[in-house]
Amino acid sequence: MTDAAGAGAGRDSDGPGLAMPVDAAPPGARAGRKRGERGGPNLAMALPALAMFGGFALAPMVLVFVLGFTQWSGLGKPVWTGLSNWHEAVHDPVTQGAGWLTLKLMITSWLVQTPICLLLGVFIAGRQRYRSVLAVIYFVPLLLSTVAIGITFRALLDPNFGVSAAPSLAFLAHDWLGDEDLAFYSIVAVVSWQFIPFHTLLYQAGVRQIPRIIYEAAIVDGAGRLAMFWYITLPQLRYTIVTSSMLILVGSLTYFDLVYVMTGGGPGFATRLLPLDMFLSAFSRREMGRASAIASLLVGGGLLLSLVLVRFSGFARMRSQQEGL
Amino acid sequence: MRKALVWTLGLTLWLGLVGSRAMAQTSPAGGTGPLVWALTGGDEKAYQDAVAQYNQKHPAAKITLQLFPNEPYKQKLLVAMGAGNPPDLFFNWGGGILKSYVDAGNVADLTADFAKDPTWKSRLFPAVLAAGTFGGKIYGVPINGMQPVMFYINNKVFQEVGAQPPKTWSELMAVIPKFKAKGKALLAVAGADRWTYLMYIEYLVDRLGGSQVFTDIAAGKPDAWSHPAMLKANEMIQELVKQGAFVKGYTGTSYGTGQSTALLTSGRAGMQLMGSWDYPNILAGSPDFIAKGSLAWMPFPTIEGGTGSPGDVVGAASNLYSVTSKSTHKAELLDFLKTNILSDSNIDVLLKNGSVPPVIGLEAKIAKAPQAAWLSFVYSIAKNAPSFQLSWDQALPPAAADALLTNLEQVFLVKITPKQFSDNMNKAMKR
Repeated sequence: MTDAAGAGAGRDSDGPGLAMPVDAAPPGARAGRKRGERGGPNLAMALPALAMFGGFALAPMVLVFVLGFTQWSGLGKPVWTGLSNWHEAVHDPVTQGAGWLTLKLMITSWLVQTPICLLLGVFIAGRQRYRSVLAVIYFVPLLLSTVAIGITFRALLDPNFGVSAAPSLAFLAHDWLGDEDLAFYSIVAVVSWQFIPFHTLLYQAGVRQIPRIIYEAAIVDGAGRLAMFWYITLPQLRYTIVTSSMLILVGSLTYFDLVYVMTGGGPGFATRLLPLDMFLSAFSRREMGRASAIASLLVGGGLLLSLVLVRFSGFARMRSQQEGL
Repeated sequence: MRKALVWTLGLTLWLGLVGSRAMAQTSPAGGTGPLVWALTGGDEKAYQDAVAQYNQKHPAAKITLQLFPNEPYKQKLLVAMGAGNPPDLFFNWGGGILKSYVDAGNVADLTADFAKDPTWKSRLFPAVLAAGTFGGKIYGVPINGMQPVMFYINNKVFQEVGAQPPKTWSELMAVIPKFKAKGKALLAVAGADRWTYLMYIEYLVDRLGGSQVFTDIAAGKPDAWSHPAMLKANEMIQELVKQGAFVKGYTGTSYGTGQSTALLTSGRAGMQLMGSWDYPNILAGSPDFIAKGSLAWMPFPTIEGGTGSPGDVVGAASNLYSVTSKSTHKAELLDFLKTNILSDSNIDVLLKNGSVPPVIGLEAKIAKAPQAAWLSFVYSIAKNAPSFQLSWDQALPPAAADALLTNLEQVFLVKITPKQFSDNMNKAMKR
């Protein structure tokens, strides 16, 4: 239970990132900041939120960290074992494999999702009616629960009754979830299918905030579509790209539910991601201490990743992209 | 300003504490009667029937029955036990998991209650209490049908390929190419679930080396996993894989969604090794398949030269109800367990569902039941079994059971050799 809370907290840490690009937007946000400078609301008003965050995110995280130094089956009293869990977690080939696989998921997810979302987002940011209709269709996966998606795709990808049984479509005839070389990429595909709508929405919002005058000026200067995309849209979307990337990377680091439903980590260890390894350690092997150590490593990894991204992308400085307008 | 801050913080903390205390006090039963946890599916109707019977007679302190799906239930129970907030009576499989709760002092000892009432015990199959008995003390009461594992057969497919269901292992190996020639497979197996693999090795080891092999393993004897029967069984499994005995895509096929059983009923595979709990599913999902006589069943084949008894059965004797030591309703629950669980009318509900409870002298009842042929087969193999081995993943402690499922999957994927399997398991047992 605490592990799940710990991992959840890791995901929370990217929450503020989501709010930031709104800040970057010129008109509304500037007014907001001015209000803030005048003193703002009483600090006490933040207390309920702080208490919730402290009680349900910070405290469990600290407890999980401490549990990482113990051996505990979930029953009885935890026994202090010092660093042995951490040592085992780092040296266990299965956990190591899970770590590499998680890294692979982060990178492939980013490589697959970012270009598609960017292009789709730019496309549906247009005001044409048919684009709005398409946008509605694109967003459907966003409305489905992960478990429903997992069960549906599991049935669709079944080697005997699913798409691989489709007549005269030989290229679909693979054992998508049962083949050790394919299972991981099947998971990446379904994860992308689930999250592309969300990131597309981010890009759509980002594109719509770019002032039209910039484009109008470009047209006057004789710029083509490609040039406008390359020299106006892309640079203007800089912070949206950073936000979306951060969500994809940190989200992949803590991704669990879909994999659990679709493959349970198999076949073999082919889709055993780090969060799943943590869960199985806790509830299948009943090694809560070991699982807590993995959970802490995940939280640490997520935090570090967010910090590095914020620092090196210039995200924290929040410099205006529209100087001189 | 600072004072207000401190006050608000204090108030929030205090409210939080009071709130959680209040919750802890009211949650165990939700009412005045005992709280019972069991599983959905399978014999669900029988659990509901027993509780309804009890509640009719005891309107003042009714039992609350909550049903959960299999996998989440295991975690829910662990968390509830660990947090000191368990139900009064809980469904379980006996074996290693129940023992972990017994060792933690969470389960009430029912030995004295059984001793007081000899007729309670004498009507049950003697072997069936074993799964819930540790160190001579009884912690569990059987509640539903016996669950022996056997081969389910699609008669029609066997006719199509021109073969007979194999009675021996060499016959089984000989049939494989006949199925392949027709573009079918002999065996359906739900590899994604992993416990389906377990039933193969359990039977192979028992047929090859007898029930003592696993008894030694469970007792923690050093290097017990290196028994020749274990090595040979894993070699035979890998031979099955290499010969293409299993259905296409078996590593990603799951049982829970009905995929593997559909392979059998749709005629893509000839047989499936599965527990008796699948019969109610087939009865509900493809009643025609049974009505037209396409479904047959048989015990696991004998193996030439094996020393185990061909009558040995693996699976689960029955699921159990255990009383938690924290429960304040032990007397009422004992009354419930004695009068409503496996009562005459409760047995009828089970039989109608295709389940055979571990109660002595049911022959006459079974002969009158609608699925008599099936029920009497299950009853006779369970009754006459020299050894009724509890599924290994239930019999072993959780960490060893997890290692077993993981390593066995590697054997089925031909990623490790039988020798590596034995070495890995010997190591896992020491931890």
